[in-house]
Amino acid sequence: MSSYPTFEVVQENKKTILKIAGPWLAKDLTHVVDALHKQNYPPTKIITLDCNDLTELDTSGAWLLNRFLQNYQQLQFINTTSQTKALLEQVKNYSIQLHEEAKQKQEHLGYLFNLLSRLGQQSVSFLKTFLLSLSFLGEIFSRSKSFILKPWTIRGISLFHFLYEDGVRAVPIVSLISFLIGIVLVYQGADQLKRFGAEIFTVDLLAISALREIGILLTAIVVAGRSGSAFTAQIGFMKLNQEIDAMMVLGLNPIEVLVLPRILALVIALPLLAFLADMMALAGGAVMTSFMLDLNIDDFLHHLRLAIKPWTFWTGMIKAPVFAFFIALIGCFEGLRVHGGAQSVGTHTTKSVVQSIFLVVILDAVFSIIFSILRI
Amino acid sequence: MAEIILKIENLTTVIGQQKIHQNLSLEVAQGEILGMVGASGSGKTVLLRTILGLMPFHKGSIQIFGKSLKELKRTGDFRQKIGVLFQSGALFSSLTVGENILIPMKEIAKIPDALAQELMLLKLAMVGLESDVAQKYPDELSGGMTKRVALARALAIDADLLILDEPTSGLDPLSRRDFDHLLKTLQYNLNLTVVMVTHDVDTLTAICDRVAVLVDQKLFLGTVNQMKKHPHPWIQSYFQGSLQKKDR
Repeated sequence: MSSYPTFEVVQENKKTILKIAGPWLAKDLTHVVDALHKQNYPPTKIITLDCNDLTELDTSGAWLLNRFLQNYQQLQFINTTSQTKALLEQVKNYSIQLHEEAKQKQEHLGYLFNLLSRLGQQSVSFLKTFLLSLSFLGEIFSRSKSFILKPWTIRGISLFHFLYEDGVRAVPIVSLISFLIGIVLVYQGADQLKRFGAEIFTVDLLAISALREIGILLTAIVVAGRSGSAFTAQIGFMKLNQEIDAMMVLGLNPIEVLVLPRILALVIALPLLAFLADMMALAGGAVMTSFMLDLNIDDFLHHLRLAIKPWTFWTGMIKAPVFAFFIALIGCFEGLRVHGGAQSVGTHTTKSVVQSIFLVVILDAVFSIIFSILRI
Repeated sequence: MAEIILKIENLTTVIGQQKIHQNLSLEVAQGEILGMVGASGSGKTVLLRTILGLMPFHKGSIQIFGKSLKELKRTGDFRQKIGVLFQSGALFSSLTVGENILIPMKEIAKIPDALAQELMLLKLAMVGLESDVAQKYPDELSGGMTKRVALARALAIDADLLILDEPTSGLDPLSRRDFDHLLKTLQYNLNLTVVMVTHDVDTLTAICDRVAVLVDQKLFLGTVNQMKKHPHPWIQSYFQGSLQKKDR
């Protein structure tokens, strides 16, 4: 007995007979699917199915057989059990049902209709997201009013928890990255400036780039990746578990309980982290200048004092709370938009990080333009 | 005499310090629908997970289609012959309904793409869903549809043994009745063997040939009528209590 499915089409007394043998099961169909597809249909109206050597048949096998048998107007059986007949009949009925469904769909939907429908859905979805984000921003400001007027109503435990999670626990990574960036700035800067005999300005380059731009930008990007994504994932999972629904039923406002403490914590933590990043970048630069330019710490500090103008430090620091506000806002907004399942959490977490970093860069450019206009 | 599809002998399961099952024995014949009930925490899901090889057991043996779990997994028969429906449906959320059903067809049975697409629509039709559902994602489905799609995935390559963990939980009474009817029809047409955990006495009465009750780390077997007269107080109160509630 064959261990895989086989078939044979024979003509006997002007009759077409399909003889099948072996197991016609899903896992074995690869052996016959192409051959059956290429089989020429003998020009008769009636076909006889002979299942004498058939050992097993499942729905997949029955479907494949049905695909061949439906080319004939009439089907007869020999050596076929009632169970096999019933399975073939059932699959035939499903095939007719699916054929009718497909026909109806073709009548209703054309390619252009589909394209326009998708375009419309995308546009409406984009507009809805924009309006939702505006509404969310409005609600944040509206809820913040009560916190500003009554600061003692702020949820202290949540606030300190997020200050620890998003501020204290970010200290090692922010410090290390900033220290290394300080080293890289001096290394690259000194190398380039040496060509013009201007290596003494390396400290100026370090001070201005670290304090005005790189310190805060780098910290904001790290925080967007670290805290922004965490906000989205935390709030998203809470939404999937219906914890947010439960909060609302209990009379708690999710904006007050979940969103405002996170925003406030980040608005406090990011400027502190940015300050730390500035100091670490300068420390890294100081170490590198002592190796590359033979500048001792006193000389480095002297050059630093000359390079830093009153606004150099504050132009960096002033951006920190603004960046923090938008990173936390996007993180929480995307978290609240999670729906369905785990896939949605992943999608919105990615969106949150990408949008936060994009917005930070855009805001940085806006600040640069404003500072340029104000000549600071 | 029908072939024995699932045979459990003297199974003892221990998690940490806690003994979950002690010397359980069970035989399920081909074409049988066995319902499994028990109090919350009695170890029903643990037993299903142990049968599926997702949890280790301490003592005893489990044979499916006359082979040990280890042998079944080694030969690849396990994936081809057993279909599973998890309590939540466990559909892959990043894939569409169609792709969920296509996975076993392509990964296990290696069915060519065009035929697999046709079979996927067939499986959807078999569980009473229209072909449009294939394009949807699991989070767009209702509870009843999710269960049906999960059943279609479990049947994707015509498994011989279906293991269902609370297939009707979370469904309204009408959807439960529909699902029971669907399961019974499929079981009859495809000659499936079904082992299902359920808390629904209606389901047990309507479609199960036998009931296995898991109490005090032991299994008690019989028909629903036999269980109604069982001397164990928990079994008595479970079956008679549920029926009395229904009568009211």
